[in-house]
Amino acid sequence: MPSHYRETGPEADETAFIRVENQEEVNMKKSVILGALAVAGLAAGAAHAATVDDIKARGKLNCGVTTGLVGFAAPDAAGEWMGFDVGVCRAVAAAVLDDPTAVEFVPTTGKTRFTALASGEIDMLARNTTWTFSRDVDLKFTFVGVNYYDGQGFMVPRELGVSSAKDLDGATVCIQTGTTTELNLADFFRSNNISYEPVPIETNAEAQQQYLAGACDVFTTDASGLAATRATFEAPDDHVLLPEIISKEPLGPLVRHGDDEWGDIVRWTLNALITAEELGVTSANIGDMAAAAGNNPEVNRLLGTEGNLGEMLGLPADWAVKAISVAGNYGELFEKNIGENTPIGLARGLNAQWTDGGLIYSPPFR
Amino acid sequence: MTTLTDPPKESFRLSMLIYDTRYRSMTIQVVAMMGFMLLAAWLINNTLTNLATLGKPIDFGFFSEPASYDINQRLLEYDSRDSHLRASFVGLLNTLVVAVLGCITATVVGVLVGVLRLSPNWLVARLMTIYVEMFRNVPVLLWIVLVMAVLIESLPAPRAFRGEDPAATMSFFDSVAVTNRGVYVPEPLFSRSLGDISVFGEASLRFNISLDLILILIVLGASIFAIRWNSKRANAIQEATGDRPTTWHVNLGLLVVPTAVVLVALGFHLGYPALKGFNFQGGTHMRNSLIALWLALSLYTAAFIAEIVRGGILAISKGQTEAAGALGLRPNRIMSLVVLPQALRVIIPPLISNYLNLTKNSSLAIAVGYMDITGTLGGITMNQTGRELECVLLLMLVYLSISLLISAVMNWYNNKVKLVER
Repeated sequence: MPSHYRETGPEADETAFIRVENQEEVNMKKSVILGALAVAGLAAGAAHAATVDDIKARGKLNCGVTTGLVGFAAPDAAGEWMGFDVGVCRAVAAAVLDDPTAVEFVPTTGKTRFTALASGEIDMLARNTTWTFSRDVDLKFTFVGVNYYDGQGFMVPRELGVSSAKDLDGATVCIQTGTTTELNLADFFRSNNISYEPVPIETNAEAQQQYLAGACDVFTTDASGLAATRATFEAPDDHVLLPEIISKEPLGPLVRHGDDEWGDIVRWTLNALITAEELGVTSANIGDMAAAAGNNPEVNRLLGTEGNLGEMLGLPADWAVKAISVAGNYGELFEKNIGENTPIGLARGLNAQWTDGGLIYSPPFR
Repeated sequence: MTTLTDPPKESFRLSMLIYDTRYRSMTIQVVAMMGFMLLAAWLINNTLTNLATLGKPIDFGFFSEPASYDINQRLLEYDSRDSHLRASFVGLLNTLVVAVLGCITATVVGVLVGVLRLSPNWLVARLMTIYVEMFRNVPVLLWIVLVMAVLIESLPAPRAFRGEDPAATMSFFDSVAVTNRGVYVPEPLFSRSLGDISVFGEASLRFNISLDLILILIVLGASIFAIRWNSKRANAIQEATGDRPTTWHVNLGLLVVPTAVVLVALGFHLGYPALKGFNFQGGTHMRNSLIALWLALSLYTAAFIAEIVRGGILAISKGQTEAAGALGLRPNRIMSLVVLPQALRVIIPPLISNYLNLTKNSSLAIAVGYMDITGTLGGITMNQTGRELECVLLLMLVYLSISLLISAVMNWYNNKVKLVER
């Protein structure tokens, strides 16, 4: 049989080949499994590793802010980011890295902010973001506190003669898309049984352009944002804020779920700013107060002259001193950026300390 | 006998997969395929694992929850209590509207400009060159934003129409209002309307079809059928006797009279826009977001189509034009009867990809606040539910389907007009 003749020759080779092939296969499998393990390990690491270690290794805090809302977060003429939310970022950077300028500000829109935070592009988000159930629970973020109690309001040109939001039947409303304002607006008009025409807009600057050109009658967003926007107008007095506040908007910084150590650092940095105001620690007197332990034990604990609160956070003992020294305590930040003596002119109102009848209240430092 | 003459049957051995050139390429392809599938499977598995770790497994349940936001331009009835699925459907229709309007306008403008660019008139040809180069070489997003800014800044606000001596007035006998919120045109109304029929009952994809519209379309279709029959009859008479009976008055009558009778029977009248409260009420409102997007996309794509048309015309040999000229045809007849029909074969395949581009570019709509599917499903819904992966995957699927559909239709048309060799 001719076929038999042909088969005998290379038989040895063939088995050898098969063995080699199998060996290769084994190697390949191993490396694939190893690679998969390595990458899976990396991915799991990204979800769980200590954010604070990443920040220290990087030497920079990546902080998400707005694309520009004067008073809260906007670059000034020199390109330096300034504002109330920026102050929080800088305080955290000072506490962790001992350098308030070691912050990379990442401008985010209402739409991109959550993706940026969830993906790890930013370490924390300080972008007047409303603390809601679904963002906390469903989107998997941890709101570390509230730095501004806000509510959604309406701004209209004075010449329209509108005095209440309930007179807005049939009006065209400019609204920033991707925010809770959209949902509040729909609910408000629906429950009052009046119609409106929403004009969705991507950024605050475009909203201003459309509103000023008369392409919409009303501009709605958080009342603080309206005040900040109005302050940048050529003739701010030609526009009025309507009395209705149609929602609760507790705004605060937030971090990802899953890294509570990092969440604690941001939470207690914010609380340190608030407590500092309550205890009368200001940027002016902090040098003296931090130099040696004083009579007030809570001040001592806050400033690290007594106890080991810093150590518990994994930070140096004077972490709060550094955070407060950047731009002062909560009250100073407020007055400097959005207070009544600034063009934005917001009164403390709900955002006064609890001792003054407001809602700003920090848990104790003990 | 045959067993002796047959060549010996070779049995298959494993080594032949590598050493035998007949099988080698197949082996390589199979291995590459396996590698590719492994990589894909690993990617998918990794994504799913990580999402599960984050506590966000893939879940499309959010689609049945109320959307809670309003959409200004909607072809279907929709309010904020409807589901996310319905909101996406409204957005999908908005995408299709701007894509269809854009494709039609871009084709008309593009063909015109393409032909004019070859004009022997120096000024016209140069102007068209400037148009093409300007639009082709600036990103379409900038054009969209520019057109929107021009519409907003240059047109009067509705409140300019108010008062004793208004700064702006309506045009076309007080029937059309051009404002910086859009253009309000009269809308057709029927006082003895037949009503609507609703399709899909209460489902999220439900929609209504106007019986009036169906009736009018049926009558128009019948009229056109009758006109073709009449023209055929005229052709037959012409062939038989050499005399062509005049047909245009009969055709015109066939076209206009039945439709007019139906319109009168339905009680057709126009609803004019009028300034009431903050805005114009009544009439059809074409929002300036739609106008800006439509204009910018059409003009941008038209610049590319113009180049394709020019290329198609240049591909037709000059002899064709000269031969047609020798037969006594005038230049515009040469273009429409001889050159363009042949050029179509060259034009259509690249035209398809421009239609696809236009449709995909319409996803830039959010820049002007036009609520297309990217603005609803890929914008507010994604943002409010936090289901990025699900929304983006669906969005990709939607655009893929639209593109494949356009390709299929255009390929069918291409097969119809391509050179049939006998």
